[in-house]
Order: sequence, then C-alpha cells, then structure tokens
Amino acid sequence: MIDTQYARMQRVFKRVLTRPRIDLPLAGGLFMLAIVGLLTLYSAGDSHLALVGGQAGRFVLGAILMLIISRIPPPVLRNWSPWLYAGSTALLVVVALLGEGRGAYRWLDLGVMRFQPSELLKLTMPMMVAWYLHPRQLPPSWKDIIVVGVLIAIPAGLIAEQPDLGTALLVAAAGAFALFLSGMRWWKIGALLGAVGGMIPIAWHFLHEYQRNRVRTLLDPESDPLGNGWHIIQSQIAVGSGGTFGKGWQHGTQSRLDFLPEHTTDFIFAVFSEEFGLAGVIGIMLLYAFIIGRCLWIAMDARDTYSRLLAGAIGMSFFVYVFVNGGMIAGMLPVVGVPMPLVSYGGTSAVSLLTGFGVLMSIHANRKMHE
Amino acid sequence: MLKRRSIKDSRGESALFRRRALVGFALILFGLVALVTRFVYLQVLHHDEFVVRSENNRVKPRAIPPARGLIYDRSGVLLADNVPAFRLEVIPEQVSDMPALLAEIGAVVPIGSDDVEAFKKQLKQSRRFESVPLKMRLTEDEIDRFAVNRWRFPGVDVVPYLTRRYPYGTHFAHVVGYVGRLDADDLERLDPVRYKGTSHVGRSGLERSYEDMLHGTPGYELVEVNADGRTQRVLETHPPVPGKNLYLSIDIRVQKAAEEAFDNRPGAAVAIDPRNGQVLAMVSVPSFDPNLFVNGISHTDYTMLTTAEDKPLYNRALRGVYPPGSTVKPLLALGGLEYGVRRPEDTVLSTGEFCIPGQSRCYRDDERGGNGTVNMVRAIQLSTNTYFYKLALDLGIDRLSTFMGKFSFGRPTGVDLIGEASGVLPSREWKAGRYKQPWFPGETVISGIGQGYWAVTPMQLSHAYATFAGHGTPYAPRLVMATQGGVDSRPAPLANPPTGPSLIQKPGDWAAVNQGMIAVMTGGTGKTVGVGFPYVIAGKSGTAERYSRTTNAYDERRNNAYLASRHRAWFVAYTPAEDPKIAVAAVLESGAWGAQDAGPIVRKILNAWVVQQGGTLPVGPPPSAAPASPAPDPSEVIEPSIEPPMESGGDDIPAIPSSSGANP
Repeated sequence: MIDTQYARMQRVFKRVLTRPRIDLPLAGGLFMLAIVGLLTLYSAGDSHLALVGGQAGRFVLGAILMLIISRIPPPVLRNWSPWLYAGSTALLVVVALLGEGRGAYRWLDLGVMRFQPSELLKLTMPMMVAWYLHPRQLPPSWKDIIVVGVLIAIPAGLIAEQPDLGTALLVAAAGAFALFLSGMRWWKIGALLGAVGGMIPIAWHFLHEYQRNRVRTLLDPESDPLGNGWHIIQSQIAVGSGGTFGKGWQHGTQSRLDFLPEHTTDFIFAVFSEEFGLAGVIGIMLLYAFIIGRCLWIAMDARDTYSRLLAGAIGMSFFVYVFVNGGMIAGMLPVVGVPMPLVSYGGTSAVSLLTGFGVLMSIHANRKMHE
Repeated sequence: MLKRRSIKDSRGESALFRRRALVGFALILFGLVALVTRFVYLQVLHHDEFVVRSENNRVKPRAIPPARGLIYDRSGVLLADNVPAFRLEVIPEQVSDMPALLAEIGAVVPIGSDDVEAFKKQLKQSRRFESVPLKMRLTEDEIDRFAVNRWRFPGVDVVPYLTRRYPYGTHFAHVVGYVGRLDADDLERLDPVRYKGTSHVGRSGLERSYEDMLHGTPGYELVEVNADGRTQRVLETHPPVPGKNLYLSIDIRVQKAAEEAFDNRPGAAVAIDPRNGQVLAMVSVPSFDPNLFVNGISHTDYTMLTTAEDKPLYNRALRGVYPPGSTVKPLLALGGLEYGVRRPEDTVLSTGEFCIPGQSRCYRDDERGGNGTVNMVRAIQLSTNTYFYKLALDLGIDRLSTFMGKFSFGRPTGVDLIGEASGVLPSREWKAGRYKQPWFPGETVISGIGQGYWAVTPMQLSHAYATFAGHGTPYAPRLVMATQGGVDSRPAPLANPPTGPSLIQKPGDWAAVNQGMIAVMTGGTGKTVGVGFPYVIAGKSGTAERYSRTTNAYDERRNNAYLASRHRAWFVAYTPAEDPKIAVAAVLESGAWGAQDAGPIVRKILNAWVVQQGGTLPVGPPPSAAPASPAPDPSEVIEPSIEPPMESGGDDIPAIPSSSGANP
C-alpha cells in the first residue's frame, strides 16, 4: 500500500521533471529576466557571489514550485480558491492581532522561516475574484461588482494597515484587473474610478505620516536631503548619468560610492539603468511587455471563465510591479516598497511571482482545443 | 429590452474577454511607453546635466547632531552638562582593509574590545560614507600620538564632540539617570532622521523619560569632499535645534542631605510638595557614578556594580517594594471615617490580643496587655494594632482596597520616570489572580496594619501622604518643574494639574487623622523625631517584618542588630501640619524600628528643607541614627508584631495565629 503510493509519488515527480507542462515562450522570457536580474545583482551587490547565489537558490525554489503548481488542473485550483483566500486573509488578521501596538508588523514567524501572509494574497486574491465571477452572468452586475469590491477591500485594507502600501496596491490591482477583464461596463468603470478619485482626500487623512512625507518629498525632493529626498535625488542622478548606452556592467559609480540607497532591493533598477543606459531600459521593458503579452495570450486561449480571468489578472498585475518600481526609480511616483519583479533582491517576492506563473503554466496546459 | 439570458453565453464571454485583454494590453503598452519616455527625459535629454551631477557627486549632506538639553536643579545648579571631548572616527568607504586598520591603530591608540564591538555594530547600520565613532573620550596623549601617525590611517580622524558629564554624579544617579552609546537596538527603535549623527541616547532616569525633549532636532550641512573623502569646504549649513533644558523641582542641598542621612545604609526616601506633586528629594542608597556609563562602562566596573551585595544600580525609591507596616494606619483611619464606619470618638479596648469573633485565631498587640481603651487619635498615636484589626474587619477587604487604591497603592503613581513598580494592594481580585484562592478574613485583619500581601514603594507611600497632606487632592509626582527652550528664554513651568477631585469628602475627617499624626510626634512613637523643629510635624512610624517568625528567638533576642536584620523601618511625615508644604517617606532596609531608625532620616531631610526655604538650621536633640540615648522605652516601639508570610510566598496560611498564651 505504502509502496504503491510511494511509487506513484515517484512517478508523478518524474513526470514533473521530465515532461514539464510549461509554456516555452513564457518560461524563456522568465529565464532571461532572471539572468538579467542576477547579473545586475552581482554588480549592485559589490560582486558578492553569496548574494547572487542566495538569489539564484530562491529562483530554483520558485521554479520547482512553478513546475509543481503547473501540474494542478485549473478546476482543482478553482475549488480551492475560496479556502485559500479565506485562509490567507485569516493569517492577515493573525498578523494584525500579533502586531497590535508594535508599529509596522508584517511577518508571521513559523519558527523555521518567517513569511508575509500579504504575499499569499497576491495570488489568492485574483483566484477568489475569478472564482466568484466564474459562474455568474458577465458582464458583472452592480451587485457582483460590489461583492468583488468587498472581497478586495478587506485584505487590501488589512495590508495597508500594517502598513505596507506597496503590497496593498499590488493585491488590490490583481483583484481589480480580474474585474476589468470580466467585461465590466466602461461607464461603470468610469463611475467607480470617479468615486475612488473622490476618496483620495479621505485616504490622505488615513495615511501614516511617513507615507504622506514620501508623497510630499516627491513633489519637492530638495526639502529633505537627509531622508526620502535623498533616495529620489540619488536615484535620478544614477539613471540620468547612465545615458543612452550606460556606463557598462560593473561600472556604475553611484551605487559603488554608496550614494544610492537600498541598491540591491527596491532601487536595483537604478543601478541597471545607470550601467545599461536607455538601451538596456528599453530592452528590459520589451522583455516585460513580452511576458505580459504572453500571459494575456494564454488567458485568451484558456478553457473557462475562471482560468481566463485568473491568467489575465496575474499577467496584468505583473505590469503594476514594473510601473510602480520604474516610476519610483525615475522620480515619477513616491517611494513605495514595490520590487522590480525578478530583478530586485529578495526571496519572498521571487518565489510568489514564480508560483503565480506556475498557475499560468497549468492554465496553458489545459487550454481549449482549437478546431 | 432584451430578456436576461438564463444560461451563460460562453462564446460571447470569450469574445468579450478577448476585447478586454487587447484593451488591457494596449493600456499596459501605453504605460510602459510613458515610463520609457521618462527614462528618455532623464537619460537622453538631461543626460549631460546628470553626468555633471554624478561626477560632482562629492557634495554630501552631513548631519549635525543637536546639543542635548541641560538638566538643572531647582535653583539652577547644573546636574547634567555637555563638555567638549574628542573621539576617533572612521569613514568606512575610505578604508580598504578594516581588520588590518583595527589591528594597526591599536598600537597608536589603545582600543578596547568593547569599543571594537560597538564600532562593528554601528558600522553595519551606517552608510559607507558616514563616519562611525571608534573610540570615545580620547586623552590628550592619545590625540597627540594619533596626530603624528595620522598619515598612516586614511579615513580615520580625531573629531570633537560633546559628551555628557554629571558633576554631582552619585547624588542624582537614580533621578537624572545617564545616557549611553546608541546600539543596534536603539537604531531600530528610534527615528533614523532625528538621530542622524547622534551617538548617545538616554538610558535611565530622566535622561530616558525626557529623551524626546532633551534630544533636539539635528541640522545638516552640505560639505564638499575630496577624492579621499576629507572635507574640503562647507557649502551650506542648517544649524540644529538644541534639546530643551530641564529644571528639576529637587534642590541639590535637600537631595544631598537626604542621601547623607542614610549614611550608606540601604534604603530610600522621597519628599513631595503636597500642593503640586513636585518631588523635593528622591534618593536611593547606595548610589553609583553615572559618568561610568556615558562612554561605555568597562567590564570590570559593570561586574562590580551588578554583583555588589547592596545593589547600587537598583532604584529602591521607584522599584523597591516593602511591606508598609503601620504607616498605612492613618489612611485606614481616614477610610473608616469616610465610609462612616468610625467616628473619631469611637473607642476600642486593646487588651494585647484581638480575636476574630467566632474564630480561635488571635492577633497580637505590640504591648503585652494592650493600650487600654483608645479612640482614633490615641490609636494612631500609639499605633494600637487591635484598633486597626477591628477597623479593617468592619470595613471589609473590598472597601479597604477600594479606598487605599485611590492613593495609588497597587499601581504606578504616574511619576515622570520609567520603570515604576506597582507593588501590591491586597484585594480579593489580586489574590484570585495571583494564587487562585479565595480571601480569608484573617488576611483582612493583618492588611489593617500594613502586613500580609501589602507591598509599596517609597514613591507610592510618599505620594499617598503628599496626597493626604494636600487635603486629598491627588497630583502625579513630578521631578521636572520647568523646561527651557534656549539659553535666553525663561524657563516655562510644566503644567501638572490634579489627576482628579479630592479623595476626601469631609474636611472633618482630615482634621481628625491629622490630629492623630500630630499626636504621634508629640507623645507617641515619633516623640523624639520632631524635637526642636520650627513647625508642627505630623508623622507616623512603621516597622514591618521581613520574615515569618518561626522560633522564639524574636522574643528572646530583642536587640537592635538582631531586629534590624528582620525589620524594615519606615517613617512618614509632613509639615507644617496646619498647612503642609512637604511630605516625606523614608525606608531603611535594615532598620530595627521605624521611629528610632527611619525617623532621624526624615528629620534630616526636613531640616535641609527648612534651610532651603530660607530658615535657619533647626536646633534640638540631634536625631542621630545610632542613638546615644538609652534604648527607647517600650511604649515607643510598640509596633506590629504578628507573623505575616511576607516576601516569602503565600503557600502557608496567611496569618499564623498566636497560639494563645503559649507566647509570653
């Protein structure tokens, strides 16, 4: 009995490795991005191989997770969706309770490892929205829109309260994209955006003082040369001095002289821009566009509503990472803790991103048959 | 209108999705193009400008730490000063081989292992171009030696800074506290922008609780550095705003007198002005030299302080908890009056032993045979246990703890220091929470004389009597009286409004208890303490037992040394009795009797206060600690003497009855 089960597990594992259900163009794009990320990290991290090795290890872990998830058929994922959503939201509540009166608190300590439950929501949020919209008449009615709005607002609010505005934004965007792709009427979108726009002054009131300062600093970086303004000014100097073709790999001066803060994590793209110039920026943007496009292609080919919405939402939220991080580097957006996907140093985000792509691989493997 | 389709139109949905996905992708491409456009703006259109800025990126902001606020006593004597000193700083980015540097520089300027450890911690937290202190307080000799060898150590420099000095070190160590070097934990806790360039932070005492005011706001300057990173010139300076100066309500003369009164015997005293809660003296003996901590205390010094038997680092005034003994009696009497359980003229017959009606347990008076018939004033004056046993029973534990709780027993007084102990206010709830046991009537009886579970800090007792002396108006004790924004500005008083309405409903009640406490000083247990003092003092002694009596040794060996090892001596007093301006509580850890041993300490504090108020030193029998006079006659030392399970856990039955008759 145990033997046969063990043998079965072995067979499955072998299949995962030998006949992976992957979409080669997507996997190829991700692989190239990972290589670019590791090269930039090597340069930004003062040529520390340990740093690069650690990140490469996380990529491998993420890739294995991706391969495993790609074996799970979308209907199974769909059945799990509400439970996964409820579970990850419950963990957020636990973190909120544990963090009572302790300032910024995002981590759940499992003893062996610490992780941020908010990372889980990046995937479980679009799953939940897609699950909810799957059996319903589309385009969604106001009632469905309101239900989805509540589903988004609860975890996003909890994350924003931690306070982690960047992740809250990503989670909310993932849910909102699923709603957008479901065919929500344009006038309804307009009305909703108008309402959200009207709430900005109220939201401003609820922001933490340090978050408000980041917005203020964006408008006038010179006002705070020791704090946030420093980040913005130095990041722009790094980017601007890179020019068209860049200073060359490992020849950036701003991060090397430590003018650039956090140059291996949130600000790594400034190092990239300095060393590879506008040409490099355009190149990597094309790569990102290709990955997002391929995601949407897979979504269009998907078999059912759930898969379509989920695949599309994951692909489009990838864009939010790129836009928010790139905008921050270039001084267009305030300093918000959003990494450049697969380039910034940091394990949780790499693993959770690749897990999301695993879902896409699964959807691709179970696409609808043409003709 | 079209009728709603009842089944999903999957083909239509698929087409709808396709359109949306294409629109979405178009929007994304638009977003990416906008992003790239911004990069074109920076990298192509403004490239030249940024290249120049990048090459000239030798202008670095450098934080200028604010000068820490000074701390003065009531009359302007400087208690915490900033003095210029020199330290060795390292700019990490200019050092190619840090371990080698640390090894080599040790030959020029001796660097301790503590210094290296602190340096490495701070190194991890700093940007590479920000200098990190390596060794504080260089001697002149060390500065000279380094100056000669400076060329060998690029990136290392001698830098002037302000360091903290406490000219009256030990007198205020437990009040002012001390600052210490910032460590990794501090850097995580504090606002990094406000603490740029700062090397010290308040660690204990007022330095810690007023950290926010004392610290100030850093300024910065933009400096141009050369290729080696050495400053070439300062381009712009934005000066820091220094921290606020603090004025204590303590006068150094009273404080010194209070400390000297203890003659190095462990104990603590707190004096408070009943009219506003200002602390007039606060000492914990023994004390220590706070200057040792400022630039990192050496390992040997620290071990010596922490292992010393009389624990000089322990703030007894704030954290030491002791059974209050008879000092609670006047307040209990007040409770009896306020609740209408007693009238001042009600009398009780003290026969030497009190038994709970219907129970065989009995509790002793101090004097064999008792004090006879006593009313309230006489009971306070003679500290008659029987009177208060009965009063406590009549009040009941609930009313007793409610009333005493109003005087901040069992909770912090709210003094402006961090780390105050709460002590224990005996109550049903406290016992249920702590021992999961019901309350016994016998525990109520001994609570009436300040024994049993009772535990109070000198701060609490002083606060309670200051509140009483101020006719019941409660003020949170305050050590800081005023703050000063700049050298030229006038000190602004810190507001300290009462924390609530008066705790005493009927003025007559106050007068009766006050009369009892005056009687203590004129013909009661505190008779010797007040002799020759210009004002009428009201007071109460207290002698609490530290251990349960297990043998007859207590009754056989009633000499001072033996009793001192078993007792805590308390004395509380306020004066002038008709219009109180100061209330004092003092505890002597190894005092044989309250009035005999703690009384003189209180008197010395009051003497110093009179002088500080502009009076002349009161004359009278020297209230010396070791009385040359014959041993006090028994009527003076009648004090509680039952067997409480204090300080030793509460496993046994709380009050051991005197096995009637067996004890002599």
